Order: sequence, then structure tokens, then C-alpha cells
Amino acid sequence: MTFFLQLIVTGLAQGMVYALIAIGFVIILKCSEVFNIAQGHFVLIGGYLGYTFLVPFGLPIWPAIGMAIATAIIMGLLIERLILRPLLGEPVLAVIMATIALSTILGGLATLLWGAEYKAYHGLLPTINLTIGEISIPSESLIGLIVSIVCVAILMLLFRYTKIGLAMRATAEDLQVVQSVGIRATTVYAVSWIIACIVGVIGGILLGGVSGANMDLANIGLKAFAVVLLGGVDSIGGAILAGIILGMLENVAAGYLDPLLPGGGLAQVFPFLVMIIVLIFRPHGLFGLVGIKRI
Amino acid sequence: MSLRTGTFQESYAKDMAIFNSRLKWGIVVAFIIYLLVCPLFSSDRILTILTIMGITVISVHGLNILTGYCGQISIGHAGFMAVGGYTSAVLCAKLGVPFWAALPCGALAAGIAGLIFGLPSLKIKGFYLIMATIAAHFIIIWTIIQLRGITGGPDGLSLPRPVIGSIALSSKTNYFYLVMIVTCLATLLAKNIVRTRAGRAFIAIRDNELAAEVMGVSLWSYKLQAFFIGCVYAGVAGSLLIHYFSFASTDQFPFMDSVWYLGMLIVGGMGSTTGAIFGAVALKLLDELVTMVGPVLSAAVAPQAAASLALISQGSIIIIFLIFEPRGLHHRWEMIKAYFSLWPFSHQE
Repeated sequence: MTFFLQLIVTGLAQGMVYALIAIGFVIILKCSEVFNIAQGHFVLIGGYLGYTFLVPFGLPIWPAIGMAIATAIIMGLLIERLILRPLLGEPVLAVIMATIALSTILGGLATLLWGAEYKAYHGLLPTINLTIGEISIPSESLIGLIVSIVCVAILMLLFRYTKIGLAMRATAEDLQVVQSVGIRATTVYAVSWIIACIVGVIGGILLGGVSGANMDLANIGLKAFAVVLLGGVDSIGGAILAGIILGMLENVAAGYLDPLLPGGGLAQVFPFLVMIIVLIFRPHGLFGLVGIKRI
Repeated sequence: MSLRTGTFQESYAKDMAIFNSRLKWGIVVAFIIYLLVCPLFSSDRILTILTIMGITVISVHGLNILTGYCGQISIGHAGFMAVGGYTSAVLCAKLGVPFWAALPCGALAAGIAGLIFGLPSLKIKGFYLIMATIAAHFIIIWTIIQLRGITGGPDGLSLPRPVIGSIALSSKTNYFYLVMIVTCLATLLAKNIVRTRAGRAFIAIRDNELAAEVMGVSLWSYKLQAFFIGCVYAGVAGSLLIHYFSFASTDQFPFMDSVWYLGMLIVGGMGSTTGAIFGAVALKLLDELVTMVGPVLSAAVAPQAAASLALISQGSIIIIFLIFEPRGLHHRWEMIKAYFSLWPFSHQE
């Protein structure tokens, strides 16, 4: 039982980080109907940025995170302006291919700047130890959980109470109406990319702080897609819940089934199995809108 | 499609001919002669490049039928290649099936895998289908690694050298001839498949699924046919690739290859057999360029520059084509041809 609860708790913390990354994806999708395959590579860049500002630059934790977020903002602006803006109104495939190409470029940049090496910087994030009964919660997981919850709360407040948040929600609802009342859709797109970059980078720092930054961080993005599909692509609440579900399921499945399989490594393929099953039986996910097409 | 000035089509047969002018026949004959004599004065390295290029062309033809003509986007093509490759590898290495029989078996196995993973395409499209095919790639590779007893898992599987009848295909030259014959046949077949009833149905589905269905095109049947044909091509390419190295390993089918095949299609021009060839050849040449420039750059800048140059150049070229020439090299080529055939009187939009 302790083993099971331990897996659940670890899964919960991991799932919150997945959810955070998945939210970046959902925001871009809702605002500009772009499927951003490069979300995982934002996480990769984030992990390495965390390393760069904490270790070679030797900054304290908060300025380092601030610098990483500043870099993320610049990155988001550049990506939106240089790649996505020229492709406005192009077919879905072209835009998806562009984001795939973007992910390749980001992977190449990470290789160039950090040498695709493993960079560890754990122990630099603040630590909180918590033990409930027999279950000890790893401090990194707890930090991940707290930061993710705070970020999600900030985003929710942003959407609820600010003007740009209102504009973003309106754009998600109806682009034509938004344009006709004089809101610049391109600004909304830029902001959505910036937010996606920021949450990706924060997720990267959280994950990098636990297991070190390496090229595998990009694969977290693929897990985020499974989260998004499970939750329904256009639902932020769904993404959060699905992130937690998937994080727990993955940990439990890996914990109990891996010893039974000769090669192990079920955790790597698990999100894809979930993805295929969801796509076949419930393509709109748990909380997504069922698409009704009028002719 | 514009017709060359001075070409007259006086009968239906002439109208339907693929090579409809003397010039085109001349080019074809010259090309075949070039392929025949090319091994005589090419180094091993160039032969290897040409062989891999031919295999890539076969694979991209399959993806072109599936994505370019039928509109069903697949980013799991390397996975389907792995199915074909491993099936024929296991048949050859473990069961002693001859090479000529193992190749079609591999192709069939890949086709069946394509049918299975094509099933979601009946319900979903666009991004969802992309995710399903990405998932297909990873599930296939994972399964191959799990079936360690049969496939050798992560250690790989070494194969006997392929033999057809009494001809040993052990030398690079012989294998080059084999690949080129298969590539030419595959190209001809691809060109003709899209002119059949099925091919026209694929195009109808791509252009407007609803309209196609209303017109009586069975989506269920034709989408699965497209997946089957596309993946059979992938299976042939996969088994040719594995037999070329006489070694099967999942490293030969990385996920980036799946993406890269779609990139080739975009660079070449989707929905055109010529475009598929253009794309595969152009991007393979780019790969070779990167391989040549890489070491120089690594020595001059940093050791990891070569690896990153490959990734960055691949990504940038896809984005540049998407933004500036979304219809691909094929379209550009048609424009150039039209310009010269109409010169000096033409005006082009």
C-alpha cells in the first residue's frame, strides 16, 4: 500500500508539471488554432537555460528564473514573428510542419550551445521536506507541485481579470468578432506564444532541477500531447486533470508492470498507448468540445 | 499541366502516355543508360549515396500517395519501414527464407501494420492523425525492442548477404542495380496508381472529404487503401535498407526520419510523383553537404557543430520552403520549363 501511495504521490507531482506544459499547448491552440509540436523543445531549452543561469553564471535562484523567463519572452516573440506570422491562413499541415521544423531547429540550437550533454544542477532549487505517515514526498516533486499550481493560478487570474486575458478568451471564441471590435489578433497570438514559451521554460527548469537537463527533456513534450488529447485539446481544466491522471497512471503502470516485462521502459511508451486509445475511442478527449460540423 | 509547344496528341493512347514526347523518351533512355554505366566510374561512396537515395525515393513515393494524394498525414513512416525491414530480416535470418521471397513478405507486413494504424484515420484528421501516427512510430519501435527473442532487441540482428537465384548481391554495384530497378518500377507504379480509379478517389478525399463521400467514394475503403499502399512502399524501402547493411537495428529508423520524409515531400512538392523524387534527392544531397561541411565546422567552431548544423539546416529548409515556396521544387521546375518553352512571347503570372 505504501508503495502504491508513493507512486501516486510522485505521479501527482509529475502530472502537475505535465499539465503545466500542456497548458502552454492548449493556450496556443485555443488562441490561434496552431498545433505546437515544439512545446517539448521549449521544455528542453528551459532545462538548459536553468542550468546556464544557475551554474556558469552563478546567479541566485530567483534572478536566474527571472532571466530564464526574460529569454523565454524573447524566444516567443521571435518565433511568432519569424515563423508563424508569415504562415497565417496557410493549411493546417503547413503550420504543423513549421512547428515540427521549429522543434528541429531548437534541438539543433540546444546541441550547438550546450553540446547535447547531461547537465545536472539539482540541489540548487529550494528544498522542502515533507513526510506524511510512511510516505515521504521528494522535495523536488513538492517544489514542482507548488510551482505548477502557482503558475496555473496566475494564468487563470490573467485570463479572468486582465484586458489581454479577455482578448485571448475572445479570440478563442470568435476571431472575426474580435477583429471587428478592433482587437489586434496578432498581438493575441504573440502573447499566447510568449505564455507557451514561459510555461515550457518553467517546466523545463522544474524537470531539469530534478533529473538534470539533457536532450530527453524534449520527449516530455510528447507526453504533454497525450495529456492534451486525453483532456480534450481545447480545455485548460481538462489538461490539468488529464496531466494528473496520466502522471499517476504512468508511475503506477511503470511501478507494477516494468518488473514483468523483459525490456522494461513501459513509462516511455505508455503515453503513446494512451494517445492511440483516446484517439480511437474518444477523439475529443474527456472534456473537449465535440465537434459538430454543419454543412 | 502545360504541354510542350509542338507536341500533338492525336489519339487517346497518346494523350494518356506518361512520356508523351520524343524528348521525354530521350531523357528516360539517357537516364537508364546513365544508371547502367554509373557504377563503372563511381567510387563506393557515391554508389552508397545513390543507393540510399533510391531507397529514400521509394519510401517518399509511399508517403506521397498517403499524404500528398490522399491527404492523410503520417509522421510514422520510418516506423512502417521498420516493420517491413524487420519482417524480412527475421524471415531471412531465422527462417532461412530467400531474399526475393522475404522482400514482398516484409512489404505486406508493413501494409498490414499501416491498415491497423490507419484505422483511427476514419474518425480523426489533421493534428489528431499526426499524433496517432507519431504514437504508431514509437509503439512499433518499442514492440520491436520488446520482442527481443525474435528481433534481437537493442542488439540488432545480423543477416546473411542477399542472394537472388545465382546472383549474389553482396557487391555494392549489384545491390545498386537492384535498388535502381526497384526504384524505377516503384516510380512507374506510383505514377500509374494515382491515375487509376483509386488514385482519383484519393485526390477527391484530399480535396474535400465530404464531397467525395457524397459522390459515392467510400472513405472507409479508400483511406485504408491509401494507408496500405503507402506502407507497402515503406516496407519495401525498409527491407531494402536493412538488407543493404546486412544488419537490422532500430537505430536505422529514428523518429527524425519520419519527420524528414514529410519534409522531403514539402520541399519536392506534395501530390506529384516528380516532386517526391525532387524532394528526396535534394534533401539527401543537402544531407551529404552537411556531412562534408560538418567536420570542417566542428574543427573550426566546436565539436558539436556538425550535429547541430544537420538539425538546424533541416529545420530551416523546411520552414523556408513552407513560407516562400509552399508548392515545392516541382512547381518551380514546371515554371522554369514553361518559361523556356514559351520564351520570348510568354507572360507568366
